[in-house]
Amino acid sequence: MIKFALQGLLARKLRTALTAIGVVLGVALISGTYVLTDSITSAFDSIFTQNYKNTDAAITGKNAIDASEDGTVPAPPFDAGLLATVRGLPEVGAAGGAVSGEAQLIGKDGKSIVFGGAPNLGFSVDPALPQFNSLTLVSGAWPTGDQVVIDTKTAKEKGFTTGDTIGVQARGAAEQMKISGLVEFGAVSSIGGATLAGFDLGTAQQLFDKTGKLDQILIATKSGTSEQQMLEAVRRILPAATQVRTADEQAKEDAAGTSSFLSFLQTFLLVFGGIALFVGSFVIANSLSITIAQRTREFATLRTLGASRRQLLGTVVLEALVTGFVASVAGLFLGLAIATGLFKLFDAVGFTLPNNGLVFQTRTIVVALIVGVLVTVLASLRPAWRATRVPPIAAVREGATLAPGRLNRYRPVGAALLAVGGIALVLVGLFADGLSTKTLLVLLGAGVLLLFIGIALFSARLVRPLATVSDPIARWSVVVLTALIWPFFLVPLWLVRRLFGRRTEFPGVLPDGPAVAIGGQNSRRDPHRTASTAAALMIGLALVTLVATLGAGLIRPFEQAVDGIFSADYAITAQNNFSPLPPPVAAEIAKVPGVDKVTSVRGGEAKAFGKTITITAVDPQAPELLTFDWRSGSQASLGELGADGAIVDAAYADSHALVLGSRFPMQTATGKTLQLEVKGVFRPPAGGSPFGNVTISTATFDATTSQPLNLYTFVNMSGGVTAANTATLNDALSTFPNAKALTRDEFKKAQTDGIKSILNVLYVLLALSVLVSLFGIVNTLVLTVFERTRELGMLRAIGLTRGQVKKMIRQESVITALIGAVIGIVLGLVLASLLAARLDEISFTIPVAQLVIFAVVSVVVGIFAAIWPARRAAKLDPLEALQYE
Amino acid sequence: MEGTVTQVVEVVDAKDLVRVYGEGDTAVHALRGVGVRIEPGQLTAVMGPSGSGKSTLMHILAGLDRPTSGSVKIDGIEITTLGDDALTKLRRRHIGFIFQFFNLLPMLTARDNILLPLTIAGTKPDQEFFDTLVDRVGLADRLEHRPAELSGGQQQRVAIARALVSRPTVVFADEPTGNLDSRTSGEILSLMRSSVEEYGQTTVMVTHDAKAAAMADRVLYLADGEIVKETGRSNQHEILQIIDTLDLQ
Ligand SMILES: Nc1ncnc2c1ncn2[C@@H]1O[C@H](COP(=O)(O)OP(=O)(O)OP(=O)(O)O)[C@@H](O)[C@H]1O
Ligand SMILES: [Mg+2]
Repeated sequence: MIKFALQGLLARKLRTALTAIGVVLGVALISGTYVLTDSITSAFDSIFTQNYKNTDAAITGKNAIDASEDGTVPAPPFDAGLLATVRGLPEVGAAGGAVSGEAQLIGKDGKSIVFGGAPNLGFSVDPALPQFNSLTLVSGAWPTGDQVVIDTKTAKEKGFTTGDTIGVQARGAAEQMKISGLVEFGAVSSIGGATLAGFDLGTAQQLFDKTGKLDQILIATKSGTSEQQMLEAVRRILPAATQVRTADEQAKEDAAGTSSFLSFLQTFLLVFGGIALFVGSFVIANSLSITIAQRTREFATLRTLGASRRQLLGTVVLEALVTGFVASVAGLFLGLAIATGLFKLFDAVGFTLPNNGLVFQTRTIVVALIVGVLVTVLASLRPAWRATRVPPIAAVREGATLAPGRLNRYRPVGAALLAVGGIALVLVGLFADGLSTKTLLVLLGAGVLLLFIGIALFSARLVRPLATVSDPIARWSVVVLTALIWPFFLVPLWLVRRLFGRRTEFPGVLPDGPAVAIGGQNSRRDPHRTASTAAALMIGLALVTLVATLGAGLIRPFEQAVDGIFSADYAITAQNNFSPLPPPVAAEIAKVPGVDKVTSVRGGEAKAFGKTITITAVDPQAPELLTFDWRSGSQASLGELGADGAIVDAAYADSHALVLGSRFPMQTATGKTLQLEVKGVFRPPAGGSPFGNVTISTATFDATTSQPLNLYTFVNMSGGVTAANTATLNDALSTFPNAKALTRDEFKKAQTDGIKSILNVLYVLLALSVLVSLFGIVNTLVLTVFERTRELGMLRAIGLTRGQVKKMIRQESVITALIGAVIGIVLGLVLASLLAARLDEISFTIPVAQLVIFAVVSVVVGIFAAIWPARRAAKLDPLEALQYE
Repeated sequence: MEGTVTQVVEVVDAKDLVRVYGEGDTAVHALRGVGVRIEPGQLTAVMGPSGSGKSTLMHILAGLDRPTSGSVKIDGIEITTLGDDALTKLRRRHIGFIFQFFNLLPMLTARDNILLPLTIAGTKPDQEFFDTLVDRVGLADRLEHRPAELSGGQQQRVAIARALVSRPTVVFADEPTGNLDSRTSGEILSLMRSSVEEYGQTTVMVTHDAKAAAMADRVLYLADGEIVKETGRSNQHEILQIIDTLDLQ
């Protein structure tokens, strides 16, 4: 039986390969994700470890609260006097102090240099203790006074050499500094495209606004002393708000932000690999069903020869097993290629990822193989079971077809139950209280999965009406698309063929009535087959529609929120629209003539009621430019927060029983505890609030924060928004090349652009699933052409031309795609409406333009899917086709 | 000029047809120089043992296959040099087919199956002719049924109506009764005969059945790729005798 299964696979190489494509792509995405993230992780680990190769321990500042790991709240620097104390310890061999921060380098065009959105890192370097420097000198000399060393990549790409002058901007306005040499980060030229700048300690302290302070002391143990003894000695003299770690611990700590991002990226990409595999499983199940229907005769003959049902089941499942295994191995290697490609791609856009070679872990291989094989085998179970139902008598009957299964009667009911169960899970996930995020995601995921399977099984019933409706739509959308590419592609192609002496008809645009009519009828012929083929596309489109609808639903309330809160003419933001800016930027703007009012919102973290929360701070000008929806308190209180006033949002007030006049303690990142009094409670707008749970005065915030930064700065000018005013503001910002002035409308757009680019990433990832479903359609069509060979021969004999055959198959393909699109879009809208009903941040908005685009894309998918099968069909020799068994 | 010569136009005029399958040692000479002329309004039967080249000949005459050498003219048009599209369109206009396996489209009703050649050509059916035709083949009450709901004989009637509906120059039938029982075969044959009589439908029919050949105006005997004998209208007994003497069984 094993031999038989393998021979069967070989005999149907093409069909098997087509079937397996869905698995190959899904597994490729999974293995590619693992390889990519593993490689980046290992490269970062080695960078961070390398950094401390001459170090035994590191002293750093310590936040008083457990701040989030993304670096929004850097640890406060500590007093530089500690360095001398540490050096004085007999257990310490050498110790070096350093500060670091963000330092923009300014290109010759006056703009700050950024490669692919990577950060701009600045360090102090100590020429006397090079073993502790993160930077390695490549050429030139270490900097002194107003000198700087920059990384080789920036120097090369922006045309700077040693001896040139370059603009540098950190906490204050830009300064011109002389380049004393070029550096690299450890042994790599760059990490993720970040620019590097190194200064001597005094200059760095001044630039980063850390005069008399240090961020880090690196220590090497005196020879003859154990590391343990040294650590103990250091701990004894350690002042408050500092900590000491071993080099290993410190490297891990440094990598923590990166690794949490990487593990998020990994999960995120794996989800999309999973979706592609799920779609792929539909393609496999469908292809196997078709092949098994076509092999009815073969199975029946085996049964008459004495094969048991169990043996038949075994044969089919074994075939699936082998297919799944081969496809998974192919996917595994395709994943390697994808990872390599992504590294190249990121490099090309300037976001050079650290890469010490691809890391191919055993886990990657195991997961990819198991998942790929499992999905294939699971998808084969139903078709395999059907194969065992073939009665031996089918061997002797001409044109015997697979009888519908016993359970077929219950299929619509079962399908409906699955779909309803799926919706129920989604509803429970969305509306039940007190679920953990994990439970919620599992419920949503499982619910949507069941819903898709249920709808896919049920949709056979919808095929006939939907196909009838789609028929004219398919016909005319193909006409329109053909007309669009006619002058650019079809006519030139025809001319070229003509030149090469091929006698082909001049390309027409109008639909070929008869061919298209037969194609339309073909799509209604086997509703189950059309439905399962369309189901693969349905899943992709449902998810794309969901994303688009949620995106549209996010953007509208967001814009309303911006409109509701900010009444300023201008906003000052970083060039990348989201990085916070140092306060001197706002101070510079305040000096500009014509500026009426300036207000800034600072952001940070603090701890209250035992939990770390986000906080914001506003200045006395705030009431003029910010408008709150007050539950209690008033606009005026916004400007009169003083030393202990606080404003809290309504939800936070409710959960901690805060009302006007309540007092509560809040611990800031530097360790001070503020006794705050509630001066107002506001209702955040539905579209999301830019304010933290607690808002205090800027004065209080600055007094308790080491390096305050502005999230937003808003400006009103006399005369409002005018071209002259915009120019004046931007002129004033020339010393802060990383900042720019945006009009209110530009600001809204810039903020929503972020959402839009996230949507675009999601579209690209979902496109993979759509691609898999395209292969699904190709697959079905090719199998169908096999099956209808004799019929095609007859049609050609009685006068269907090759061109007509192609159009006939294209029509069937486009109708199938449209059915998938219609069901998918409706399903996506239903899911989106459920989510919108649950989440305040989202209003249910139908993104009509996008939906039209998706429908057009589906038609294009249909057209492309038909190309190859149609060619095969058109190439058939009518005579051979007529004699095909 | 000597009087009025009514020139008989052959609807099919084939000369020196040679068809070789394969090459070298394994080459099969299915036709070895066959010439055929088919005159309008005649029913011609082609007989011969299995493998004698009957189907090959028919396929070449019908423009489904190309001869290795030789020429075929349909209604005066040389078809062996036509491109695929032109040939397809010629088949639409001039040729009808009746297959041994009925080859109906399962998703179409009997009516739509019959009208298929007209649909493909994009021409309007002549309603009157359609009605008489359907009446003649006895399918008037079966038009809305799909092939799966029809018996073999009924399916072949649909196929015959489909071949006749476009009034082609010539209808080719390859063992049209090969798949039917003898009573149904008789009905189908008389149907074909009557289409010749009533509509003057030129028909070429490949058959193994002497009874069928007895209905033809002319019988061609093929053996080993060559036409070995040709007779006019003959009865079943005469045909069987010829087959015997030529050792064609
Ligand atoms: N496609 C092909 N390739 C190779 N040889 C072929 C092919 N088609 C037919 N032949 C050979 O050509 C010869 C004539 O075949 P043809 O089908 O014309 O016979 P036939 O008279 O129709 O036979 P039957 O009564 O069995 O239908 C046979 O020897 C056959 O084996
Ligand atoms: Mg034959």
